[in-house]
Amino acid sequence: MDMRTPLGKVRGLGSAKSGTDHFWKVRTTSVALVPLVLFYVVFLIMYVGRPYAEVVGALANPFVAAINALTVLATVVHMRLGMEEVIQDYIHNEGVKVVLLILNASFSLLIGGLCLIAVLKIAFAG
Amino acid sequence: MANVTKNRPLSPHLQVYRFIPTMAMSIMHRITGGALYFGMILVAAWLIAAASGEEAFNQANALFGSLVGQIILFGFTWALLHHLLGGLRHIMWDLGYGFEKEFATRLAKANLAGSIALTVLVWLVVILVR
Repeated sequence: MDMRTPLGKVRGLGSAKSGTDHFWKVRTTSVALVPLVLFYVVFLIMYVGRPYAEVVGALANPFVAAINALTVLATVVHMRLGMEEVIQDYIHNEGVKVVLLILNASFSLLIGGLCLIAVLKIAFAG
Repeated sequence: MANVTKNRPLSPHLQVYRFIPTMAMSIMHRITGGALYFGMILVAAWLIAAASGEEAFNQANALFGSLVGQIILFGFTWALLHHLLGGLRHIMWDLGYGFEKEFATRLAKANLAGSIALTVLVWLVVILVR
């Protein structure tokens, strides 16, 4: 007789090996990104084609820099999880899947790191 | 048991379903998500250029301002807005609303129409303020 609970039986199954954590993080970052992205769109509309000093001056504003940094952070989590889901859905070879998941995490973190450093450099050093 | 599972068709089986708007927009949501994923390279490039100094910033702006650059940015805008509207639909479903067949189909069509309309609107505003 199987003494395990129903939850214990299903835990760790499925291509992702985990449950609602992934789902929840995708949803929370997506909700956060709605206002953040809309802010970004308006910001770009206002500053497109403007001279360097003006654009960098706007990016250096503490509020803009903070929103930029938060947008980058939410985006990194969201893009990593989104691509993770795609990889888990379509790649059935275990080895290839693991390699792609590592590449995905690396790429997302690299993009996030580059964006964040750029945002902070403008904020602190102009 | 193993044999039964093996011969079972895996779920979303594109070939066996009739192509419908909700399905098309589900696929578009993934494709635009993937495009935005790689589009982040452009965001990073622009921010790094801005952080690197006036010369790099002007070079980046010249690239984005070229015809090819503008077409890519237009596509970026559309992918972003389409994915954003699609995301709002998903939030609605996550909260348990909007599963009625006709409504979901209408909303799927509205997603596409809305994303195109908003993209054109954003670019019109950009052209007007520039």
